[in-house]
Amino acid sequence: MAGTGASDRRPLSPHLQVYKPMLSMMMSIIHRVTGAALYFGTFLLVWWLVAAAAGPEYFDFVNGLYGSWFGRIILFGYTWALLHHMIGGIRHFIWDTGRGFELETVEWMSKAAPVASVALTVAVWIIAYIVR
Amino acid sequence: MSMQTPLNKVRGLGSAKSGTEHWWLQRVTGIANLVLVVFFIFLIISLVGKGHGEVSATLGNPLVAIAMLALILSVTWHMCLGMQVIVEDYVQAEGWKIAILLANKFFCAAMAIAAIFAILNLSFGA
Ligand code: HEM
Repeated sequence: MAGTGASDRRPLSPHLQVYKPMLSMMMSIIHRVTGAALYFGTFLLVWWLVAAAAGPEYFDFVNGLYGSWFGRIILFGYTWALLHHMIGGIRHFIWDTGRGFELETVEWMSKAAPVASVALTVAVWIIAYIVR
Repeated sequence: MSMQTPLNKVRGLGSAKSGTEHWWLQRVTGIANLVLVVFFIFLIISLVGKGHGEVSATLGNPLVAIAMLALILSVTWHMCLGMQVIVEDYVQAEGWKIAILLANKFFCAAMAIAAIFAILNLSFGA
């Protein structure tokens, strides 16, 4: 890291690797990772909107990419990231009210979130395939 | 012992001149996202497998377009705030930090403008 100012010599707080991995910590990391993934995933939504506005030919091209097997894998991952981040966000809102900090509650929510997000993702895709 | 005047302590903002707005706006846009993303998932389910005609007609519908505009505004704002925190946490070199924070703002603005233009175009134009 460049720089010679006093602020560059300040001690850093202990980083992740000094802690024993815990479920609640994984959840916190995954919330950040899914947030970052969604950040770039926004491009997919915008590209799709622009394609619809651009006209049938270009829309078919983008639609074809999204509908390819590779496109579907990406969109499946996007769906999961979105739903998981959404559930993680709800957890944050519960904490923001001052509730849900008991160890058992944190543990319980940390276990339920991945199950719920995977189940919801699969449900959304099944419904999408049925109604299409 | 503190060098601050009592008034300054009560205001509690120090030299940063800002306090909880970032955190608060992350929550406000997060709550808006929650509602709008649920709408968005239902919208996408209804559009899966549809061709250009149906998709652009749906997106151009006033109610859908308004909801999509709200979604785009809320999501791009939220992701801009969120990415800023991530960058501030991990990027230490001052020059890089400023450059990446700028790039973050420009990327989010570009996404918002492109999407808004597309939605308005589908509603009014073509
Ligand atoms: C689906 C509804 C959503 C909810 C309820 C939600 C909620 C939240 C909350 C409460 C935070 C703050 C976490 C913290 O303070 O540590 C957050 C962070 C974040 N969100 Fe969302 N969000 C949603 C959707 C999105 C979307 C669609 C994106 C991107 C396009 C996104 C990107 C981010 C990013 C980048 C962060 C920063 C992560 C971090 O600091 O660790 N979020 N979200």
